[in-house]
Amino acid sequence: MSIRKRPEPVQVVKQRRDAALKALAGAVPYIGFLGIEFERRGDELTGIMPFKHELIGNPLLPALHGGATAAFLEITAVMTLNWAHLWDDLEAGKLDLENAAPADLPRLPKTVDFTVDYLRTGLPRDAYARARITRAGRRYASVQVEAWQDNRDRLYAQAMGHFVMPAPARE
Amino acid sequence: MADHTRLARQFIEALPHSVMLGMEPQQMADGEAIISMPYRAELVGDPVTGVIHGGAVSALMDTCCGAAVMCHPDIGGGTATIDLRIDYMRTATPGQTIVARATCYHMTRSVAFVRAVALDEDTDNPVATATGAFTVEGRK
Repeated sequence: MSIRKRPEPVQVVKQRRDAALKALAGAVPYIGFLGIEFERRGDELTGIMPFKHELIGNPLLPALHGGATAAFLEITAVMTLNWAHLWDDLEAGKLDLENAAPADLPRLPKTVDFTVDYLRTGLPRDAYARARITRAGRRYASVQVEAWQDNRDRLYAQAMGHFVMPAPARE
Repeated sequence: MADHTRLARQFIEALPHSVMLGMEPQQMADGEAIISMPYRAELVGDPVTGVIHGGAVSALMDTCCGAAVMCHPDIGGGTATIDLRIDYMRTATPGQTIVARATCYHMTRSVAFVRAVALDEDTDNPVATATGAFTVEGRK
C-alpha cells in the first residue's frame, strides 16, 4: 500500500506563494512607481491600480491616461504569464524567490506586441485587471487581459499581447 | 515655430501622467508630434538590465499619438484613444532618452489614424512602432 504524502500546512503554502508574488512584483521599479499591486486566490492573480492624481491623462473629464491603463494591462499580462510559468517549480520547492537577490530572479517574458482597446473612459478611481493565457508555448505565448472599475461586466479596457518566453535555465 | 513649441509644452503640462513620466514635448504642428522621455530609474521594467518598462514606452507612444491628432489642422476639439498597437522591436538602451515621433496621416469625420516610432540614440534601429485609431471631436 502506498503512503500518500500529507498535505502541507495551509500557512506554509500561503506564505510561500505570497512571498514569491511579493518578490516578483517588488523587483520591478515601474510597478512600484505606478502603485500597482497584486492579489492572489490560489494561482489566480488580480492586478489593482489604486487611483492617484498622477495617473490622469485628461484633466477636464477627468479620466485616466491611456498610457497608465496600457501599462497596467501589460504589467498584469506579464505577471500572470510569469507566475504561471514559474508555478510548478515554486510548488515543487525548486525555486526560492523569497531569498533570491534581484539579479537571481528568473528572466521575464519579453513583449513582442501589445494591442489595447479602450472601451470606456477610465474613471478617477481604482482599476482591476485579470489576464488569461490563451497559449503558453515553449518559446511564444499569447495573453488576453481585461480591466474594469466598478462593474466586472463593464470592461473599460482590454488587451491582447504576444510574448517571447525566457530560455530555460541551464542545468 | 515658437508658437508650435509653446502649444506642445502646454499640452504636456496639462497631463499629470505625462508629467509624472518626465515627458518633454519637442514639437507639435500640422498633425505631427515629437515628444522625448529621458531615462529615469523609476521607469525601469527589468532590474537586472536596467531596461525601461514597455508600459512606459506605451504611455509615451499614446501621448505622442494623441498630440499628433490634437495638432492636426482639421480637428476642433479633443480626442481619445480607440485602440493602440505597439510592436517592440528591441529593448531601449539603458541610460538613453527615448524620442517618439507620431504622424496623424488620415482623418475622417469621426476617426483619426496615427502611426508612431520610438527611437533611442541608435536612430537606425527603432525601439518600437505604434499604430492607432483615435476619436475626433469637433471636426472643422
